[in-house]
Amino acid sequence: MKTIYLLVPLAPLVGAILAGFCGGLLGRTGAHLVTIAGVALSFILSVIIFQDVQAGHTFNGAVYTWMESGGLKLEIGFMIDQLTVLMMLVVTFVSLMVHIYTIGYMAHDEDNWPEGSKAGTHSYQRFFSYISLFTFSMLMLVMSNNFVQLFFGWEAVGLVSYLLIGFWSVRETAIYANLKAFLVNRVGDFGFLLGIGLVAAYAGSLDYVTVFGKAKELATMTEAVTGWPLITAICICLFIGAMGKSAQFPLHVWLPDSMEGPTPISALIHAATMVTAGIFMVSRMSPLFELSDTALSFVIVIGGITTLFMALIAIVQTDVKRVVAYSTLSQLGYMTMALGASAYSVAIFHLMTHAFFKAVLFLGAGSVIIAMHHEQDMRKMGGLKKYMPITYATMLIGAIANAGLPPFAGFFSKDSIIEAVHFSQVPFAGFAYVCALAAVFVGGLYSFRLIFFTFHGEERFRHAADNHGGHGHDAHHDAHDEHGHHGPVEPHESPKVVTVPLLLLAIPAIGSGWLIGTILYGNWFGDAIVVSDAHKGMATMAAQFHGIFGMMLHGMMTLPFWLALAGAATAWFLYIKRPDLPAVIKQKLAFPAMILEEKYGFDRFNDWFFAGGARGLGRGLWKGGDQVLIDGVMVNGSAGAVGWFAGLTALIQSGRIYQYAFFIIIGAVALLGYAWLTVFSRVL
Amino acid sequence: MNASLLSLAIWVPIIGALPVFWAGSDRRCLVRWLALAVAVAGFLVTIPLYTGFDPKLAGMQFVEQLPWIPRFNVQYYLGVDGISMPFILLNAFITVMVVLAGWDVIEEKQAQYMGAFLVMSGLMNGIFSALDGVLFYVFFEASLIPMYIIIGVWGGPNRVYAAIKFFLYTLLGSLLMLVALLWLFLAAGGSFNILDWHQLQIGMKPQILIFIAFLVSFAVKVPMWPVHTWLPDAHVEAPTGGSVVLAAIALKLGAYGFVRFSLPIVPDAAHYMAPFMITLSLIAVVYIGFVALVQTDMKKLIAYSSISHMGFVTLGFFIFNQLGVEGALVQMISHGFISAAMFLCVGVMYDRVHSRQIADYGGVVHTMPKFAALFVFFAMANSGLPATSGFVGEFMVILGAIKANFWLGFLAATTLILGAAYTLWMIKRVVYGPVGNHHVAEMQDINGREFLFLGILALSVLAMGLYPFPFTEVMHASVDNLLKHVAVSKL
Repeated sequence: MKTIYLLVPLAPLVGAILAGFCGGLLGRTGAHLVTIAGVALSFILSVIIFQDVQAGHTFNGAVYTWMESGGLKLEIGFMIDQLTVLMMLVVTFVSLMVHIYTIGYMAHDEDNWPEGSKAGTHSYQRFFSYISLFTFSMLMLVMSNNFVQLFFGWEAVGLVSYLLIGFWSVRETAIYANLKAFLVNRVGDFGFLLGIGLVAAYAGSLDYVTVFGKAKELATMTEAVTGWPLITAICICLFIGAMGKSAQFPLHVWLPDSMEGPTPISALIHAATMVTAGIFMVSRMSPLFELSDTALSFVIVIGGITTLFMALIAIVQTDVKRVVAYSTLSQLGYMTMALGASAYSVAIFHLMTHAFFKAVLFLGAGSVIIAMHHEQDMRKMGGLKKYMPITYATMLIGAIANAGLPPFAGFFSKDSIIEAVHFSQVPFAGFAYVCALAAVFVGGLYSFRLIFFTFHGEERFRHAADNHGGHGHDAHHDAHDEHGHHGPVEPHESPKVVTVPLLLLAIPAIGSGWLIGTILYGNWFGDAIVVSDAHKGMATMAAQFHGIFGMMLHGMMTLPFWLALAGAATAWFLYIKRPDLPAVIKQKLAFPAMILEEKYGFDRFNDWFFAGGARGLGRGLWKGGDQVLIDGVMVNGSAGAVGWFAGLTALIQSGRIYQYAFFIIIGAVALLGYAWLTVFSRVL
Repeated sequence: MNASLLSLAIWVPIIGALPVFWAGSDRRCLVRWLALAVAVAGFLVTIPLYTGFDPKLAGMQFVEQLPWIPRFNVQYYLGVDGISMPFILLNAFITVMVVLAGWDVIEEKQAQYMGAFLVMSGLMNGIFSALDGVLFYVFFEASLIPMYIIIGVWGGPNRVYAAIKFFLYTLLGSLLMLVALLWLFLAAGGSFNILDWHQLQIGMKPQILIFIAFLVSFAVKVPMWPVHTWLPDAHVEAPTGGSVVLAAIALKLGAYGFVRFSLPIVPDAAHYMAPFMITLSLIAVVYIGFVALVQTDMKKLIAYSSISHMGFVTLGFFIFNQLGVEGALVQMISHGFISAAMFLCVGVMYDRVHSRQIADYGGVVHTMPKFAALFVFFAMANSGLPATSGFVGEFMVILGAIKANFWLGFLAATTLILGAAYTLWMIKRVVYGPVGNHHVAEMQDINGREFLFLGILALSVLAMGLYPFPFTEVMHASVDNLLKHVAVSKL
């Protein structure tokens, strides 16, 4: 079995290496075949492992010793339990779909590169190499049995994300976005590493099982220097890492910009898998988080803020991908709230359903973008329903699931989160609950706005064609001219490599929620997730659960359902019934609209304060410290002083005989005078 | 055979340099191949030092002891432990890279250029293996000469200023060390044996004075803030090979001095001065990190980055735990690979465009994709990405620092953000974006030779990141021994 565990991450890695280093040799077909084969193998093996785990065979063991020092034995190893295997299934399945989809999406990637760019020659193969490398990294992350490998996977997915956001490296916006993403993530990793350091210092191990075994002991300690309650400090530090990776307020700023990358990776990395790494990590650490209500409270508040305030921004976005991006932020906020409410299994459940329906939304958006010849502005779309029936149907499924309406997947997971937050007793859970409810309405609104704006109403692309290309983010503009797409675009359904993954992902986007009874209330996660007896929310929910039909019936009688429906109705009224209204509202509410369009000013503030401030400080230290103080005063100053003194003494050595003679005479007179005076004084 | 391995490591490159000088710069082909043969031979003779090393022993191995100046009891006394042995291999390895890097780039006086590097390689091996104070001092000072010549002859337009600044700065530092060495000679009853010095009982006041004397000498070499300003100037003016050796090996000499002299000879002073040393180290990490951010010259940026990374080394030494000290040593080796690679990358671009200014580049990936891949890889390693060697040392030192005091770890860990910021911002402006100008448009991708040395370095960085176990394994016994020794007061 250990060989199979090893093969799961290694198969995509081999694919990535082959496609990356032998891209020219393999050609395009070879590259996508070898990577798809790797990921497919990985998926099949994950299914086998899943069945094995179902049969009760979990695993925890080392592959090799990475390093040993100071009493710490750091190993690379795997922990295979229910939590891991669920993540493995989600990651490999979505990754496989995205790999297939990419064949269609990147088919004309050469158009995205400037003429003569050698980086563009094998860009297709390189893209496949990167997404397979991502799959490897993500699998290493979820399969780890220790903090070091977790951190390795954590940073490796960050690296691939960096490479993929900046994939079209000729675009200034893309390479700005990837640097920003990496640095903001590093701020999170800063906290994460401190958390790991505290664990190492006080638990004396970085192995999950050993550390969790000492959790109770850690909970009684305080940090020696700062005096903080140790377990709270550890959990908050670790959670700061999750805030970076899972784009929680205020470290969310990188995710919307990451949309500069090609759409397949927006679906795979920036929606379905990588951004959920933080959620996974906190769930994995549940034995630690359960011991600190302060940390849980911090988590739930951050989650609540993210859920509501990011959803609000989604309402004013006009770029189809950015709407989905902000919706992802909001959904990640839901998951975080669930973590704070000690409902880790619910968070993971929502992570799973979200991975499917959000992948559908992103890949659907990508399909629309292909049809519109790389136009992403929804104001230049509309009425696409009849041209792209499959894309429309799948995206509608995704949107309903996203809004959380029964019987689609999102309903079950989101409703459970709201319930869990409702039951939570940690401080400020009430605030999070209000955020959650408000965000349900907003979620209904932006989800259906997306559908109505894009697929219904007037075919705005017909008259938008004149100034076409002004907002295209997804392709090099010259491409349009080369392909002769002048005049109105005639949209058509995307090819099968695009629609088949969409359809395959739409199935779990509908049905994966029905597994709720098994996953949440059947003690399915077993020992993988620990919930303290003091946190009764999940137990209460389990007692109240009477099958999925009961849950749907009950759901229809509660507030969230009606709020979501009201959101959907509002979207219908504003974008179908009275499409003139949004402009009027925007005019009347100019100030709030501006705040939302400015995204609360975070980007401006960060650019000014952090980026500008760091550069200013650097310049100050360099010019003032290094150049003026150290080099100017100390180094060249002492060199100057030596020179000055040397110059002074040199004055005496003029080489003129009469001066020397003069000095000799003066000296002789002085000496004689002195001698005479001493003699004279004695005589007296 | 085993008995004279260290002598071979020292003298093979030095004596091997003679035929290279003799071949003369007119016979370029011969000079290159001769130099490469000597460098490779110099590397091969160091391999048995690793394979034959017994990691269980804490003491000196491969010891050679002969009288040298009997009148003053000066000995030709060599030996390595788990702390110094890896650096001899690193040094010999880097010398091969330097010879490859100077292959057809150095057009003037190539024989002397290659010869100078070979001589320096031998001298540096001498520094790492000397166990006699005078022998150490002679190697330590002698190694200044080839570096001075390399900067002064093959350097950039402002090379004379830089060479003199480098020479005076380091010479001034080492004079105080000489005083300390003589004091110890007398205190030990006429012995220059460094291992004897480790056992000396010394009062607190002389301990502190000795510590300061060593500090001035070693701090300049490392370099620690605020005596670091010679390094950016020296790097900017030095030819690529000079920068590589300077960053990869020469900086390690100062740090090595701390573990061979300051910590074991004057442990009480080391403990007493530790807060001061830690403060200077953290200033190096944070202050220099910000300074690196605003550099416009790539070599200066990497030079400042080196100072910042060396801050981790001195921090690791002075928190006195195994994670810290071993982390610092790992960081030294790793920095040897990464800084060498970064300077070689800048050299590759400089050879084509003749500029080190970031503003003169942009979009290099479009003309040199292979090179760009390697450069981005090394940049990631420089930012401490896990699975590269750059992560291992920083990670260990940060863990050690948190163990010692949370706030130390906190400040040290800011390098995660700062290091990534200055390295990747440079990458953004140099490698990515549209092709900046016609010079960049005409750049040719790396040739086989350049691919060879960058590729070997990339593999080394990756290997050390994926499996650092062999590196730390050889250190354990010696570091353990050192820490036990340092924990005992000598008052």
